[in-house]
Amino acid sequence: MTDTTGVQRVDSGEIWRKAMEGARTREAAFTTLSDVELQPLYTSKDAQFDEERDLGYPGQFPFTRGVHPSMYRGRLWTMRQFAGFGSAKQTNERFKFLLAHGQTGLSTAFDFPTLMGYDSDDEHSLGEVGQVGVAISSMDDMSVLFDGIPMGEVSTSMTINGPAPIMLGFYIAAAQKQGVDPKVLRGTIQNDILKEYQAQHAWLVAPEPALRMITDMMSYCAEHVPHWNTISISGYHIREAGSTAAQELAFTLANGMEYVRRGVAAGMDVDSFAPRLSFFFDSHLDFFEEICKFRAARRIWARKMRDEFGAKDPKSWMVRFHTQTAGVSLTAQQPENNIVRTAFEAMAAVLGGTQSLHTNSMDETLSLPTEKAVKIALRTQQIIAEETEVTHVADPLAGSYFVEAQTNRLEAEAEAYFKEIEERGGVVPSLQEGYFQKEIHLSAVKYQRQMERGEKKVVGVNCYVEDESGPSIDLHRIDKGVEKEQHDRLAALRERRDDASVESELKAIRAACRDGSNLLERFVAAAHAECTLGEIAQVLREEFGQFKEPNIL
Amino acid sequence: MPNTTRIIRVLIGKPGLDGHDRGAKTVASVLRDHGMEVIYSGLHKTPSEIAEAAAQEDVDVVGLSILSGAHMSLFPRVRDELASRGKEDVLLVGGGIIPAEDMAELENDGFAKLFGPGTNTDDIAEWIKTEMKKRFEAEGEDA
Repeated sequence: MTDTTGVQRVDSGEIWRKAMEGARTREAAFTTLSDVELQPLYTSKDAQFDEERDLGYPGQFPFTRGVHPSMYRGRLWTMRQFAGFGSAKQTNERFKFLLAHGQTGLSTAFDFPTLMGYDSDDEHSLGEVGQVGVAISSMDDMSVLFDGIPMGEVSTSMTINGPAPIMLGFYIAAAQKQGVDPKVLRGTIQNDILKEYQAQHAWLVAPEPALRMITDMMSYCAEHVPHWNTISISGYHIREAGSTAAQELAFTLANGMEYVRRGVAAGMDVDSFAPRLSFFFDSHLDFFEEICKFRAARRIWARKMRDEFGAKDPKSWMVRFHTQTAGVSLTAQQPENNIVRTAFEAMAAVLGGTQSLHTNSMDETLSLPTEKAVKIALRTQQIIAEETEVTHVADPLAGSYFVEAQTNRLEAEAEAYFKEIEERGGVVPSLQEGYFQKEIHLSAVKYQRQMERGEKKVVGVNCYVEDESGPSIDLHRIDKGVEKEQHDRLAALRERRDDASVESELKAIRAACRDGSNLLERFVAAAHAECTLGEIAQVLREEFGQFKEPNIL
Repeated sequence: MPNTTRIIRVLIGKPGLDGHDRGAKTVASVLRDHGMEVIYSGLHKTPSEIAEAAAQEDVDVVGLSILSGAHMSLFPRVRDELASRGKEDVLLVGGGIIPAEDMAELENDGFAKLFGPGTNTDDIAEWIKTEMKKRFEAEGEDA
């Protein structure tokens, strides 16, 4: 071809394709972490998008480019390290340590008895008290946890689901005891029960009554705790349980839509509660796939909320999300390498426009983190924020052929899953039959086998292996005295409280379970009467029945 | 002639409140691929529920998984519950987030083997097959 100036035009694409045919390529799988085949090169032909329709501007529909017009120029993400272990007093000290080192929000990890609705002195709790998080059995424990921390000023995240409504009751009551009006409380409670049945498995009662408690909470908070994020719709646990990026994206948003449907069915205006829904995603090692997942999440949700649910408030359209780096990507072998993995994952979250971030510590495949390891993890975020200069430009990867093509691909995969879930009768029937659980399990096994065959590499595990005898780093051990200390605290509480008001509050909860009146109101009152978590949870188990785990193996 | 081709029966158990079942289910699937008969306990089981299932199903191997840090309390309790049901000879193994010194302690205390993070699942299957072959052969000689 010759143009008007007489210069010979060449088809460079054709030349490249020919060169690729003859080029030698490494013996490797050129696939994403989720096993999606990638092209060696992406061009404008692979990335079909309309800038106005599919990307928009930051802070505008469909929010592909971020939820704030100024993104990190306005405000950096919240650096929020998940912490909790041992007694309320010990975790209170860790909270103060983190705040003193520049952390800007608190995030509470609870122990398994608390997550499952058992008091520390219940027989189910034996050996588990304070192990993976803090033990909170009463409002009094909650007060100790926030002793000396102004609950009206700090933003708090609480990772709890089955008993979340009870725990929020404790939090509100403890704040009132501090003299703080619940109207000013800011924070998030995870409260995402659907993904518990699907992936994380800390449930309290059967799905339908659990969903009713969630709508109770949404309506209570809309009136009394207006700045509280009532659900953090979480893909994190779905991904950690073994899902692909597309499954994490699809199942999380499907769950989100289910909560919206429930809220609307309970008679609420969608714009009265949807702005308080937030999200929580994993950031795994596949740098670009993760960034595209975050971008796709924003775009899909915005479209669904505006076009299918008829939400009018732009805040209802926005995916505001917290991110945690991928715990499953860390290795027990050569644990210092985990600092590097976490840094890449954190960078992906920032380039994907996260609102808050937890970076894992290098020692978490072995135990809860030491203070030193936690500090390095926090410093990793601070280095990204202060030194790398990536925070100045919103959605810097937009328009990249590869990034837009993968964002489109993830959106299409999610849509296919939404259709599949709908055909199976919706989210609740699908989780009762084990559909999500099976999909996640199959992905987990597939990856494990690929890794063991050497198709997916993990440094220190299947390549660059070193002979190691035992961990080379110090570990954080949970003090064995915590369980005994909690038993003593509960014995004292049961001794000093007014039994008659405990009885009457528990009775009122039972009545509310039956007559459909708002349970959150009852939980706050029960917290003030010093009813324990286990006592309240037991009433709920009796009234509502328990979840039957489907066998998917 | 000792019957060394007998099918190995395995119970994979999740004692305690920990909901992390990715590892347990993955191992269960792999052991099944290796020809073993695998029963999975499901989540949130007490030590006595696991031991009871092991006795009723008459398994050769019990594999426990805990990622909640409660292994030093729960693993020995499962071992004791097994013994109280006459299953002290079962091949008892475990895995999860378990520090090396705890693994050593458990291996001195009734556990045949602990498998840590990063273990190849085929290695677990091969190890169990080798151990069970020895046991089946020994049983054959006794008979």
